[in-house]
Amino acid sequence: MVVAFLIHTVCPIGALAPGESRVLYSRVFGPDETLFQDGSLRRQLNAEERRLLSAEKIAIVARQVQSAVGLRREASGRPPTEALPGEEALALQEAESGVLRLCRGDPYWRELSAMWFAVNSLAFVMLCEHHENPLLAEGTLRSLVRHCLEHLHMLGQGSEVLLKSSRVDILLSRLLPHGQLLFLNHRFAQSLEKDLATLK
Amino acid sequence: MYSHGSESLIKQARLIKLLQGKEYGHETVDSLQRLHLILSATKYTRTLPLELQKRLLPLLFSPVEQLQVLSSAVLREALPFTGQADIYKQDSNGQLNSHAAALLLSQAESRDDLSALCAQLLRSLENRPSEGPNYSFTHTLPIVNIILTHSPESLTEDNITLLSKKLVDWLRYASTTQGGGASSGGFFTGSRSRQPLPIAELDGTVSGDFFTVLCVGQVFTEDQWMNVYSFSMLRHWLLTFHSVSGGTITDAANKLQLSLSLSHSFSNDDRSEIDGSVVSMVSATSSSSRLLPPKERLREKAFQYCQRLIEQSDRKAQKRTDMDLQKACLVEAVSILDCVCVEDASFVYRVFPCIKALFGRLSSDLTFTRVLLPVAQFYLNHGEMAAVDCDYVWNLVLGRYPAELFNDPFLAHELLRFLRLNLENVQLQVPQYTRNFPNILKFLAWDSPAVVDDFVDLLPSMVTPASALELLHTLLDLPCLSATLLLQLRSMFLPISDSGGRNLALMDAFRNPSYRGLFLFLLRSEAGSGDTIDRLSTLLELLSEAADWPRVVQCAQIVPILLHIFFNTVVKVADKKLLGQVILVLLERSSLLLNIPKYITEIHRVFSLQLTSLCKLHPSLVMDQSHELLEFAGATSNVYSKQEIYTHVVLVLGEYLSVSYDARCSVKLITSCFETLEAVLFEITSSAPPPGASCPAPRVITTLISALAKLASRSHDLIPRVSLFLSKLRKVSSGGSVSWCEDEEDLASIVTLGEELCALLKTPGVAQSVLNPPPHVTTPQWHQDANVAMPLQLRALTTLMQGHTSRSQQTPTSPSPYTSM
Repeated sequence: MVVAFLIHTVCPIGALAPGESRVLYSRVFGPDETLFQDGSLRRQLNAEERRLLSAEKIAIVARQVQSAVGLRREASGRPPTEALPGEEALALQEAESGVLRLCRGDPYWRELSAMWFAVNSLAFVMLCEHHENPLLAEGTLRSLVRHCLEHLHMLGQGSEVLLKSSRVDILLSRLLPHGQLLFLNHRFAQSLEKDLATLK
Repeated sequence: MYSHGSESLIKQARLIKLLQGKEYGHETVDSLQRLHLILSATKYTRTLPLELQKRLLPLLFSPVEQLQVLSSAVLREALPFTGQADIYKQDSNGQLNSHAAALLLSQAESRDDLSALCAQLLRSLENRPSEGPNYSFTHTLPIVNIILTHSPESLTEDNITLLSKKLVDWLRYASTTQGGGASSGGFFTGSRSRQPLPIAELDGTVSGDFFTVLCVGQVFTEDQWMNVYSFSMLRHWLLTFHSVSGGTITDAANKLQLSLSLSHSFSNDDRSEIDGSVVSMVSATSSSSRLLPPKERLREKAFQYCQRLIEQSDRKAQKRTDMDLQKACLVEAVSILDCVCVEDASFVYRVFPCIKALFGRLSSDLTFTRVLLPVAQFYLNHGEMAAVDCDYVWNLVLGRYPAELFNDPFLAHELLRFLRLNLENVQLQVPQYTRNFPNILKFLAWDSPAVVDDFVDLLPSMVTPASALELLHTLLDLPCLSATLLLQLRSMFLPISDSGGRNLALMDAFRNPSYRGLFLFLLRSEAGSGDTIDRLSTLLELLSEAADWPRVVQCAQIVPILLHIFFNTVVKVADKKLLGQVILVLLERSSLLLNIPKYITEIHRVFSLQLTSLCKLHPSLVMDQSHELLEFAGATSNVYSKQEIYTHVVLVLGEYLSVSYDARCSVKLITSCFETLEAVLFEITSSAPPPGASCPAPRVITTLISALAKLASRSHDLIPRVSLFLSKLRKVSSGGSVSWCEDEEDLASIVTLGEELCALLKTPGVAQSVLNPPPHVTTPQWHQDANVAMPLQLRALTTLMQGHTSRSQQTPTSPSPYTSM
């Protein structure tokens, strides 16, 4: 099961301190985990604080992925190429991808894996349970990124993502309903894509 | 609560006005989108006025999906949310759509909330009309899956039984014909004779068995969709509800007999409970599968499904995405089979041949590496029971994979996770684990930041008495390994005659036969061929060109952390002899490190720290290694090039070279040590530092002086020599500045120390006890030792005194024997 999906920036932004990332889209699936774990935290926080905590955790994940992406790009030594709108397929091929281990408590209560794809200045991150099928997760994430690039045109400035949250929500409700990874062969995937196309 | 920005107020007012109308157009969608943006843009809460919340609720059931999505998203951000009951009421025909359910799920605050949601969903599943719009129930299983993750107790026994039965139906008895055949409106002429088409396999052939996720058709029926959803959550379901059966031997034997007899009778003609058509195979035992309780039946069907998937994955798929899906299905199928076998060991005999065949098919294909990891897990869990020799599996997974695929980040993550999660069993059953540690470390050398966490967990298990020294050398050489792996990769892609590009010299050296052996040593797969090589300095020189490569620098940054872990572990597993050898390695390698600027400094710091703590733990080590330590301390060049280590070597010599720590310590040894240190001190304080080196830090000099004083206090003949030297020092420095110390204040501190020690040494008896304090003074026991626990005593006294004072206010407190202290 996927715990959360987020899109955030991985390039330096003038308004933020270096090393900080702006989360452009985030969706957490399911109820707040602090309510369903055993422990004293449950009784100490009210709804507002829980919401703040949840947002902070997402921000921490974004920062960690940003630094992972930065280190990977530095190590590979490839000059940064900006793919232009219209070159989505190329961008997807050139995208860097990886997976990060989030240990217990850092920041989520249970151990998670953060799978990421970095395209230009955006990173798409999927937080999965650590025992999730990794091949399926990677395939699903790749498919999500492809949709976001091709149909939602996210290769431009990152600010467009902010206004397209409902379309990303609908995309997720088909390909990743409530965080469930699906074994979709090409026919099932085509059927879903047709359905998505009719909603535009 | 935070005050709303005026912008958001205006937006909300506008939105309320829009929502009051009957028709919802583009403007409504736009406003909702912006409202959502405002709410989600800050991590602090904004409240939505209740009136707006009430107006948004009906939108959850709007026929326009975008409105459903947006209202669900906006209400998710709303705090507090009180509309749960309203949603359940609004839901007219007992069907919660996906987005309304998502809202309820995200706002659930207790197990009861989840139980209510679950009950509602299952009720609508049971009561559904025969025709319904597509996707209306597909969200049921994903939501149940989430509930399982957070609160499995929310499902009642009835729920579990119902779902088990439904899962069996969807998995095993979904239609084998394509959907949408005759629903082409009211026209039946001509199309009435059209037979529904059968489903096909991924390679185009017609499917001859039950429907699975690897079957294709033009249009899918609802139960085929549910087949996909069911398989997607099957493993989690099995893991959550089918606990490991810890039955007795007779239980296992009974199960074995039952399953063996059933396996002969299971065929594709097994029919569903709900489908009332005739059982085609007339056999007494074929219907016995229906006698199994729901859990066991589901387990059996899961086994059949996975077996079919494994067989289907052998077919050549026509599309790339389908090939990837086949791999993912293999991983899932093997994991489910593993899970089933763990629950019920009688399955192992049925499953093992299948897994073994799969391994045989895939082991030589390097594109299937990630698929073979669950297979390895299966072998680890059940190999012993099936009495199978698993060597070839581990040679592949720990031998070939890291050597050839160290640069695959996903494989690295999964392989290391496999090792971490099964560490105990791996240490017991897989000798290749400790033998192949140089191979496994290749993942670390290649992509240090991504996998360092895993190695922090794994490294302690790699430290064994047999491998400790070689492991230490390998850790110190990790940046070299990093550079070598890069060279290896580049040499595969660059033709030999390529004259362009930098790093030409290094690439040439890599290919040069006379240096080949050095690089091959670093690239070795197995330990045991030697701790390190003789020509290490040559290798380091060659690789100095690589010292600024980013990957090498990243690797160098994590080595100190791992060294600390290594040392913390080695003191627990090594005997004194081995620890002595470790110290020798420290001294030897301090000058044999890859020349990355901060790397050498950091490693020296780690060495110094660890040297001191090793000697503190086993003081007699200083005696054992005194020869080498003195050799190190006697080389004046070490003062300038390895200041940190030098300081600590002198410190341990001064501290622990004494009869009280080791009875073998002789006067002769103390004297020779004294003379060595004296010579060095004399040399560095009588002349300027050699060209290129900076002045020695004051700490080196003060440590040398203290060490000399300590040694002298143990052998009183040496005291006059110390005093003489210190008075000379005072004279020399009274003139002002000296060539070996730049700062006047530092010089003054050095001289002061000299004077204090001089004065102390005038009374040798006192000097002896001050400079060689017995252990119980240096390791105070506080609360453990009743005689020394001063704080406790004082506290008790105070309480007594206060109590005494309050009881008898007239009489003054009587003097106690302790108050005079």
